[in-house]
Amino acid sequence: MIVRVMGEGQFTVDVSHADLLNGLDGELERAVEAGDETAFRSALTELLDQVRAVGEPLPVDSLEPSDALLPAEDSSIDDVRNLLADTTEGLIPG
Amino acid sequence: MSVMKRLQMIFSAKANKALDSAEDPRETLDYSYQRQLEMLQKVRRGVADVATSRKRLELQMQQIKAQSDKLEGQSRQALAAGREDLAREALTRRSGVQQQLTDLTAQHAALQAEEEKLTLASQRLQAKVDAFRTRKETIKATYTAAEAQTKIGEAFSGISEEMGDVGLAVQRAEDKTQALQARAGAIDELLASGALDDMSGTAKDDITAELERMGSQGEVELELARLKGELGAGSAPEAIESGPQAAPATAAPPGAAGTTNLAAPAVTPRAEEERQ
Repeated sequence: MIVRVMGEGQFTVDVSHADLLNGLDGELERAVEAGDETAFRSALTELLDQVRAVGEPLPVDSLEPSDALLPAEDSSIDDVRNLLADTTEGLIPG
Repeated sequence: MSVMKRLQMIFSAKANKALDSAEDPRETLDYSYQRQLEMLQKVRRGVADVATSRKRLELQMQQIKAQSDKLEGQSRQALAAGREDLAREALTRRSGVQQQLTDLTAQHAALQAEEEKLTLASQRLQAKVDAFRTRKETIKATYTAAEAQTKIGEAFSGISEEMGDVGLAVQRAEDKTQALQARAGAIDELLASGALDDMSGTAKDDITAELERMGSQGEVELELARLKGELGAGSAPEAIESGPQAAPATAAPPGAAGTTNLAAPAVTPRAEEERQ
């Protein structure tokens, strides 16, 4: 599957790592919901580190859409909330 | 639902919405390509803006560094002249200036990181836009409207995701730069007001003024000593001539030696007053 780390690029990640990534993603989601900055930071850092460790960067000229998107490393918990709150207009220029 | 899946859906919904609005999907290819070029322009402008802010910060850092060095020099000078109070004042100011410098250094690092990120983002987008242009021509040449639909969808969603990502990156860089520019403006005002002391070297700050005053006082003393020496050695007859005019006020007995001695005390008290 293809995972995009925002502000960084896309990675091809073997499906065998999906469980691990989903677990970390769950931690990230709980941290965002709880507004727990510390948990958020550690979950995001670990998730991104894992993607970089097990993933292969996709060629830059690839036009493949991603299966999953991850917030940029320096995102704040509010940045992520805003991203998730985005519905059809506004934040994301399309 | 998970964060990464939700984000993916939000981004792909954007792409689909744009695609669905077109009657002949092939029409969207050129339109999208135009928007991609615009986005590239926007990212490049973003890189240039961040670079401008970074350079402004570098200039301020140089000025503040110069001020810090100047204050350190002043503290040495003051200490050498035996004025510990003045040296302490200079060092106290220097620590405030150093604090500013530390602050600016951190901001500079943040801007530099932002600049690098945007530069990379613009290179990635450029590569994808080039790939899209090639794909676009192939699709327009080879496929009927009906056949083109899927092909366009594939090319479109990938680039649209990139555009969304880059658009956010530019937005963030702009926000950060604006916040820093406001602070840089405040520092410029501080520099201009002289609160961080004058960097141009035209106006004198009070420590410089005091050090110069001490220096010129030393020169006055030297000059006095020289004049005294001259009076004592070569100008004795002149002193004798003026002697009788001053003599009536004093009870001192007249004499060549006594009159020359009078000349010295007459000057010294005045120098003492000046020193106060």
